[in-house]
Amino acid sequence: MLHLTPTLKETPSQTAGPYVHIGMTPNFVEITGVFDKDTGSTMLTPDTEGERIEIVGRVIDGSGAPVADAVVEIWQASADGSFLAPTGPSSNSTPAFTGWGRQPVNGEGIFTFETIKPGAVPGPDGKPMAPHVLLWIVARGINIGLQTRLYFGDEQEANASDYVLNRIPDPRRRETLIARKEEGAVPRYLLDIHLQGDRETVFFDV
Amino acid sequence: MTGIILPGSDGALYPRDRAWHPPANTPGYKSTTFRTPKHALLSIGATASELTGPTFGHSSLGPLDNDLIRNYSQDGTEAIGQRLIVYGQVLDENARAVPNTLVEFWQANAGGRYRHKKEAYLAPLDPNFGGCGRAITDENGFYHFRTVKPGAYPWPNNGNDWRPAHIHFSIFGHAFAQRLITQMYFEGDPMIWQCPIVASVPDKAGIDQLTAKLDRHNTTPMDALAYRFDIVLRGRRSTMFENKLEGN
Repeated sequence: MLHLTPTLKETPSQTAGPYVHIGMTPNFVEITGVFDKDTGSTMLTPDTEGERIEIVGRVIDGSGAPVADAVVEIWQASADGSFLAPTGPSSNSTPAFTGWGRQPVNGEGIFTFETIKPGAVPGPDGKPMAPHVLLWIVARGINIGLQTRLYFGDEQEANASDYVLNRIPDPRRRETLIARKEEGAVPRYLLDIHLQGDRETVFFDV
Repeated sequence: MTGIILPGSDGALYPRDRAWHPPANTPGYKSTTFRTPKHALLSIGATASELTGPTFGHSSLGPLDNDLIRNYSQDGTEAIGQRLIVYGQVLDENARAVPNTLVEFWQANAGGRYRHKKEAYLAPLDPNFGGCGRAITDENGFYHFRTVKPGAYPWPNNGNDWRPAHIHFSIFGHAFAQRLITQMYFEGDPMIWQCPIVASVPDKAGIDQLTAKLDRHNTTPMDALAYRFDIVLRGRRSTMFENKLEGN
């Protein structure tokens, strides 16, 4: 099959700046009345199938300080391992699960997503990847959005054979992507994102 | 109708040309110092997770979402400043239009001040200007919005740095790996060339790509100037949205 050759250059990235919340989560910074609610603030509906969980993390810079002005987005499969989306330009449908969420961090650099545990998605080798969530982090001082993944600490067997985790040469660095489970009425998965330093998170060029 | 995007579909993205983008660490822009990963990014190639992405219906937009002159009005009057239409086409690297994708934008007011509690600049707040809006591209990839021209403003990066007039943009595309945040500058602005954030872009042609062009033909007479700002997202060898998933 003949492939097209790129003819244009991608628009260069620029930092989201310190006031990314104005554009992405305006209600969070008290710019109210423009959007009825912040885009991506809710991922679930009563019809969403799957195990309810929370994903909680902190974004921490190289000096150990919380990054208090970040926005984090996640993208994940449904409980059955598929990616669902409402289709068509005039669609009024609301999917039972959006798969996508956006949250600002608070003053301590902490973000929280209410979502479901995703199912396994087939990897490029045809074998299932371990359940995972993509994360994308933007903030002042980040010139191009950082892409990483969250894996689940209670999926040790699946994680051990995961396509992506196994491409991280240093096993200690794999641990930077694995969230620790905290039991509760709604289980929480905790993962800190270190932008640099001894525990620097693995970030991907995808 | 809900479509299931099947993992393993074709449509691998072209690799991102990192030399074209600002490197993570640009010491002239001091905030990058502690926010730059020191390890090389790990190249894994996009999997089904990165090749899919969220979609947004036109029904999720309000009627004034793309009118920053009126969408935050507190008393029925309009935002103060030089009135603008900003428009453009979202394309991919193969120059194919990217339809039905969410474009978000935010900016300072005409005086160069953001509506944010941490904003410290002396310029006045405009009570009728919030500074945010959004649009979804049409079937040919076009978006447009009305706003006022943002002012330049000082920031404490090197004691006396100034940001040129600019508008922030966030664009989704059809794959999560196409996700992009950038900034639009204005043709002919001498402030562009002294800005450390602009200077983080390695190639002058890249800076030119971030500079919207005055379009006298699309002005609204006796009302608003027009600027055109096209946006290019990563291209893929075969587009997911041509795979009949949308019933077209």
